[in-house]
Amino acid sequence: MSARVAIVGAGPAGARAAETLVAARLAPIVIDEGAAAGGQIYRRPPAGFARTPEVLYGSEAAKARALHAAFDRMVAEGRVAHHPRSSVVALAGGELYVLGEAGQARIGYDRLILATGATDRLAPVPGWQNAGVYSLGAMQIALKAQGVALGRRIVIAGTGPLLTLVAAQLRAAGASVAAVLDTASMREQLSGFSGLAARPLVAARGLAMRAGLGRLYHAGVRVEEIEAGADGVAAVRWRDGRGHERRTPCDAVGLGWHLQAETHLADLAGCRFDYDETWAQWLPRADRRGRAGEGLYLAGDGLRILGADAAEAAGRVAAAACLADLGLPAPDTAADLRLLARSERFARGIAAAFPWPAEMVRTLPDATVVCRCEGITAGVLRATTDYGGPDANRVKALGRPGMGGCQGRYCRLASAEMIAAHAGCAPQSVGRFRAQPPVRPVPVGAWVEKG
Amino acid sequence: MNSTRQEEGARGRVVRLTEQARAPVRFFLDGRACTALAGDTVLTAILASMGALRGSDCGPEKRAGFCLMGACQDCWVWQEEGPRLRTCSTPIAEGMRLLSEAPGDWP
Repeated sequence: MSARVAIVGAGPAGARAAETLVAARLAPIVIDEGAAAGGQIYRRPPAGFARTPEVLYGSEAAKARALHAAFDRMVAEGRVAHHPRSSVVALAGGELYVLGEAGQARIGYDRLILATGATDRLAPVPGWQNAGVYSLGAMQIALKAQGVALGRRIVIAGTGPLLTLVAAQLRAAGASVAAVLDTASMREQLSGFSGLAARPLVAARGLAMRAGLGRLYHAGVRVEEIEAGADGVAAVRWRDGRGHERRTPCDAVGLGWHLQAETHLADLAGCRFDYDETWAQWLPRADRRGRAGEGLYLAGDGLRILGADAAEAAGRVAAAACLADLGLPAPDTAADLRLLARSERFARGIAAAFPWPAEMVRTLPDATVVCRCEGITAGVLRATTDYGGPDANRVKALGRPGMGGCQGRYCRLASAEMIAAHAGCAPQSVGRFRAQPPVRPVPVGAWVEKG
Repeated sequence: MNSTRQEEGARGRVVRLTEQARAPVRFFLDGRACTALAGDTVLTAILASMGALRGSDCGPEKRAGFCLMGACQDCWVWQEEGPRLRTCSTPIAEGMRLLSEAPGDWP
């Protein structure tokens, strides 16, 4: 019997990993939360929607078409066991615990490729718990997969490539964007410039998009508060680069400070993590081919935030490493490894140009909700640090930040930053919130045996 | 030019910008009949006529979803019967009966 290889995720990394394994006559199992392959970047609208890939994905349309076609063909020919709309909620003893529409299943594997992608990296803003505050990714998904804007007058705030992209996409689709607030200063943005030269076309496209925003765009902003009434967001109060207080009325806010790797399953699989100063987050440790443990491979943004092109390359590279480890002929990946190296130079330039807003997070007022799931405030976090000590997991256990439905995904970095600042140490010294199974909420009934 | 078809009530959070030539789907929110479009998620369907999905578990504010990719778990709502559902990843279906507040017998 040939080896059972399971892939989690069917975005650019997972889809190309599957393709590489299929080319070697393996029949991988692909488990994905999406209804169709593509991941978040090449997410497809439901049946019945009419926009073409050119409208949906712009300059990246050809790549999206190619990826969708390659994956759909493998499914149609029965070369992959595709489990769409399914979440891997835990893994142990060589089995994945999968929750899908038809209920739960346990799927055994010999080797595992995790291509779990990324989510928005969020920094808390006073008032961000209110209705009408969304991640930048959410704003983009609403537009791409549903053809809607999440408000009538939208403020976009944060930093990173997605800030400009989402604002430009919303405006092009006819939504009203009231302001684009970048917490990165022009000086910080210039500091990343040398790295951006690694992919000049991508950088030029971003700059042109920025120029198109005109006077809506502000750099070096401090976001002070999201004001809200009974029905949700009413305005954003902010300080411009010269320190002047401004207020922009709106009914929706898109927030995001670049991306964070989705690492919960890698954590459960036993990966080691290192704090990365450039990306200001904990990232799993792997060799340059994605090997992260015995029979375990990582690929794509879940390993390093390098974007979609690099994720396709990383998927092929990880699958090739898997094939080589199985003693099977593996394709040459030299060109993909070169693309990965170039993408990493570019991505580190981006990360430096659009940094995590550490100072803003450290100085959040005590009343600010940090954990949106449990309503834990900055004040509670600081008080818990006082009696629990500067240890992220102890503060989590005692004060409950990161214990809610999102499992700390959207408050873990800010919590660590605030614990460290309060104790006068560096964020990496307080550790990271450990992942716990299940990594998605599971109805109690799902694993209760019928009897 | 963008609003060839407006939902009843029409003061919802979402603005339909395109893709409106889809079949209507009837569902019920708090017992009231509402119309969505085939292919809407439950989140889109509800927010087409409402500003939010439900009240918060841990504060006075309302919630309307946050990540739309199944990671934050902010967007669940009750159903009249059966389990709560995550609105960003569930397609609306004809005859669904949804609640923005806990059912009366909720503990």
